[in-house]
Amino acid sequence: MEIPESVKKRLTLPAEEHFYAGHTACQGCGASLGLRYVLKAYGKKTIVAIPACCSTIIAGAWPYNTLDANLFHTAFATTGAVISGIEAALKALGYKVKGEDGVMVVGWAGDGGTADIGLQALSGFLERGHDAVYIMYDNEAYMNTGIQRSGSTPYGAWTTNTPGGKRHFLEKRHKKKVIDIVIAHEIPYAATASDAYPEDFLRKLRKAQKIPGPSFIQLFAPCPTGWRSPTDKSIEIARLAVQTAYFPLFEYENGKYRINMPSPKKEPKPIEEFLKLQGRFKYMTKEDVETLQQWVNHEWEKLKKLAEVFG
Amino acid sequence: MAESPFKADIERVKREYSEKMTPGAVARIPGSSVVNKTGSWRVFMPEFNRDKCVRCYLCYIYCPEPAIYLDEENYPVFDYDYCKGCGICANECPTDAIVMVRETK
Amino acid sequence: MTEYKPIKKVVSGNYAAAYGALHARVQVVAAYPITPQTSIIEKIAEFIANGETDIQYVPVESEHSAMAACIGASATGARVFTATAAQGLALMHEMLHWASGSRLPIVMVNANRALAPPWSVWDEQTDSLSQRDTGWMQFYAENNQEVYDGVLMAFKIAEDKRVSLPAMIVESAFILSHTYDIVEMIPQELVDEFLPPRDPLYTLTDFDNPISVGALATPNDYYEFRYKEAMAMERAKKVIKEVGREFGERFGRDYSQMIETYRTEDAEIVFMGMGSLMGTVKEAVDVLRKEGYKVGAVKVRWFRPFPKEELYQLAKEVPAIAVVDRNFSFGQEGILFNESKGVLFNTDARPLMKDYIVGLGGRDFTVNDVRTIARDMKKTLEKGKVKEEVVWYHLKR
Repeated sequence: MEIPESVKKRLTLPAEEHFYAGHTACQGCGASLGLRYVLKAYGKKTIVAIPACCSTIIAGAWPYNTLDANLFHTAFATTGAVISGIEAALKALGYKVKGEDGVMVVGWAGDGGTADIGLQALSGFLERGHDAVYIMYDNEAYMNTGIQRSGSTPYGAWTTNTPGGKRHFLEKRHKKKVIDIVIAHEIPYAATASDAYPEDFLRKLRKAQKIPGPSFIQLFAPCPTGWRSPTDKSIEIARLAVQTAYFPLFEYENGKYRINMPSPKKEPKPIEEFLKLQGRFKYMTKEDVETLQQWVNHEWEKLKKLAEVFG
Repeated sequence: MAESPFKADIERVKREYSEKMTPGAVARIPGSSVVNKTGSWRVFMPEFNRDKCVRCYLCYIYCPEPAIYLDEENYPVFDYDYCKGCGICANECPTDAIVMVRETK
Repeated sequence: MTEYKPIKKVVSGNYAAAYGALHARVQVVAAYPITPQTSIIEKIAEFIANGETDIQYVPVESEHSAMAACIGASATGARVFTATAAQGLALMHEMLHWASGSRLPIVMVNANRALAPPWSVWDEQTDSLSQRDTGWMQFYAENNQEVYDGVLMAFKIAEDKRVSLPAMIVESAFILSHTYDIVEMIPQELVDEFLPPRDPLYTLTDFDNPISVGALATPNDYYEFRYKEAMAMERAKKVIKEVGREFGERFGRDYSQMIETYRTEDAEIVFMGMGSLMGTVKEAVDVLRKEGYKVGAVKVRWFRPFPKEELYQLAKEVPAIAVVDRNFSFGQEGILFNESKGVLFNTDARPLMKDYIVGLGGRDFTVNDVRTIARDMKKTLEKGKVKEEVVWYHLKR
């Protein structure tokens, strides 16, 4: 796709497009937008591994391909292992991996494929120290199989296997903090990012590229279909997730925490503002909302302390 | 309106695509999804008012398809062949230069 | 061609496998420890530690990940090796399909070990035979030499573009894996002449012409991909024979036949089996011949692809076949028995066939056992019909 020079100059993102239209993501899909950003950051010299997830479908059925980069489809549990193997082979074959002009090896997996079935392979990848980037696009449930809860589904959310209803059968466990599990591996670089803040996401992608060793980014990627939210609200919801400190943006770099958004000095917006745009939270009682708010407050305080002590 | 930036790609895909089966299900044409015109999914379509546009590019940046590109003068161009009508562009537009209207076709 | 002078080494089956991988100039190894395979990987790690090779070694956190990492590495274009056994192989199952479906010529050594529960670390073939339908070629080694030769040939066969399928070299737990024997190794430059660097079907490293591998195939396409794989496995038979012949011409050990026959010329009874137990059977054949029995042996080297034609030719000539199966398929019978019986169905070959389930979980299987089987088989032959098709031979009654 040709982009006029005049446009390139003013754009805050690279103009090159390596993610093509005609893909089969739902309207307003945060996953496809995220993958578009990743390919803008890394360009063609990239090998992407995608396990079973929405992106399997988004990337196109054979012989079609949405991506303009090498793509290997792999099994659900294996993202961390497959990118380890790709990286090892690149090194064996004499390629420079990662860094400014190196080949980028990217694992692009959903929250189920990361927080649940792929957690072991992720841990192995992080601990062994491969030069690759693992991106978990977090839409907070198994969306490709039809909206079932994952370890990353938040408290109070409706999913098809935590369906709400008269008996008030909802997700009663808080969101698994995958980023904390990742940081426990003391890798050089880990960060959270959001579809609503692409410049921030691209900055983090570039940092992940430069820093040797394994990098991990957890990207908040709204799913209108699974969240029962209007398709045009995807970015607004992602923004509110940050502003309410439900999904704060921060970086962990060589042992130091830095909060990007929201400002630690200000009171975050109430969680209610994030919840009300999404049908998946409609079964929550006032008490449920309060429970979630308490969790958000607690996690936010914890993060602020970490940034204070290890900043 | 400027020509769709995907036009050349569609022609390329049609030229190169063959029914030949590739062992390992290897797909050899990057970006070949462009032959799939997802514009037919649309219920609401973005209507653009150039006079209100401040050329902030938010619509371009946030389009998940991408079905918005930019012309020589830095204005967005909507590719209705692919736009699924999600409405993110209209929701994010700071000047209401984009409004969603019911598809009439 | 340089003159071939073998280098003789006394090594275990596992070390033979490790040397095979080293001499094949493997580039990536991803593996997880499991008895009785572990010393293969330990030896490779030692080669790396001593600076004998630059293999990229990925010490993964499970066998599922081992095969996944091998798949990633092989798709990227490297020559890849791994090893496992029993539980590890079972855990890999999903990824075994992935390797063959992606048409990646990964070579793996599996040390045959009985599956738990109850726990066992000893020899049995059910682990590898349970992976029958995964699209992997399977070669059963009789001795350490065949483990070494098998690894080298497997790479050449698997990487042949007519095939492009993964291959499993199977050795017996302990009987081969940990038992030392003389292995004739081939000087590196001669291995290099026999096995040139890999020329992959596709790689993930052409950044100007990127590809996608393994995308969703609709019912309109999936069927043809499976047909392609089936045809590749069929073509593998030809390639196996070619490579086996070439190996024989170069190094004096001929593998041009998918089965190996031993004193079958005028045999009334033929013992058929796979792997290390065929060494015992061959020795028993010599003893039985001296005792006046007209017996012979058939070793099935390649279980996948299955040597259908060869077995038919044999069955046409032989009145009775005793299959010795160190494996079992519950609800049916021994797996080799089942397969070999099956290939004869639409033919005019009608030997009397009996299945002896032997050596499960590492139970000793000796020359005397073969003699007992020979006597039982002789009676069957005299009666002219099979009464008991499957015999649990060792059972403590």
